[in-house]
Amino acid sequence: MKNTFALALALGDDALIAAQRLGEWASRAPEMEEDIALANIALDQLGAARLLLTYAGELEGAGRDEDALAYLRDDREFTNCLLVELPNGDFAVTMAKLLLLSAYQLPLYTALAGCADERLAAIGAKARKESAYHLDHAALWVRRLGDGTDESHRRMQAAVDEVWPYAQELFRPWPGAPVDPATLRADFDGRVDAVLAEATLTRPADGWAPAGGRDGLHTEHLSFLLAEMQVLHRAHPGAKW
Amino acid sequence: MSTERAPLWEVFVRPRRGLAHTHVGSLHAPDAELALRNARDLYTRRQEGVSIWVVPAGAITASSPDEKDAFFDPAADKVYRHPTFYEVPDGVAHL
Repeated sequence: MKNTFALALALGDDALIAAQRLGEWASRAPEMEEDIALANIALDQLGAARLLLTYAGELEGAGRDEDALAYLRDDREFTNCLLVELPNGDFAVTMAKLLLLSAYQLPLYTALAGCADERLAAIGAKARKESAYHLDHAALWVRRLGDGTDESHRRMQAAVDEVWPYAQELFRPWPGAPVDPATLRADFDGRVDAVLAEATLTRPADGWAPAGGRDGLHTEHLSFLLAEMQVLHRAHPGAKW
Repeated sequence: MSTERAPLWEVFVRPRRGLAHTHVGSLHAPDAELALRNARDLYTRRQEGVSIWVVPAGAITASSPDEKDAFFDPAADKVYRHPTFYEVPDGVAHL
């Protein structure tokens, strides 16, 4: 029960912070069509976040709903992975982040769809289809940029190198959770390696492994993101459209 | 923002099985693969369709407004081309 709550909260926070970051691209993407695509993916993440945080609130039993969890917690209380809170960087960095995130979420949601907890299974079954599309979208751009011009190859490789260390935190063993993320690493490696190979990119070596997100220890970037995301709700508690 | 716009594609969506693909709009994309994905995001995110076609706008040969008279006016006064000269039997609803 405690593990189920913690997992729902962690995955809900992953999706929520990813949605907020992707939303920053609105009106700034390289092309109008890509602008809409990124906003769509952000909304998919937000949809998953709402389901997961609502469920986490119910499991907690302290009367907190999705809004209370999203808008009234401080950075130390968020348990999202560090990967999703990193700044967007250039378009290549955003696509590298999306590739790693979706290659993690797809097998994770797929495994959740078959787990014993009915609510998590239903959320997983719904979200995995969306993750499959996010992975497709990220892979398409990583291939194009990696196997594109010299400049696009250089920047795509630099982006993969930059975000790669943050992937390791995703697979920290979590015994007792409805799905142990450590069991998903082979699936993730298979998907990401295939994309990198086709993109003529070099897979970085695993070395420095920043972590702490799942324990509430975040980079300095999260506080700024939360300030922008939460300011309206905190200034006008209970505000409705 | 890229200085050179990618080629234009026309998008056709089939709303559901049994209906024909209908033109819904156009978009810019560097190639067919991306055009299809962009079309999915731009034109089917509210469950508008079950199938998408994308066609390079340059591949479409269209009639010109200048040819309107020659193309379409001759049909107007030939009533015998319309199936209106026989009795419709009772009970045929959708003829």
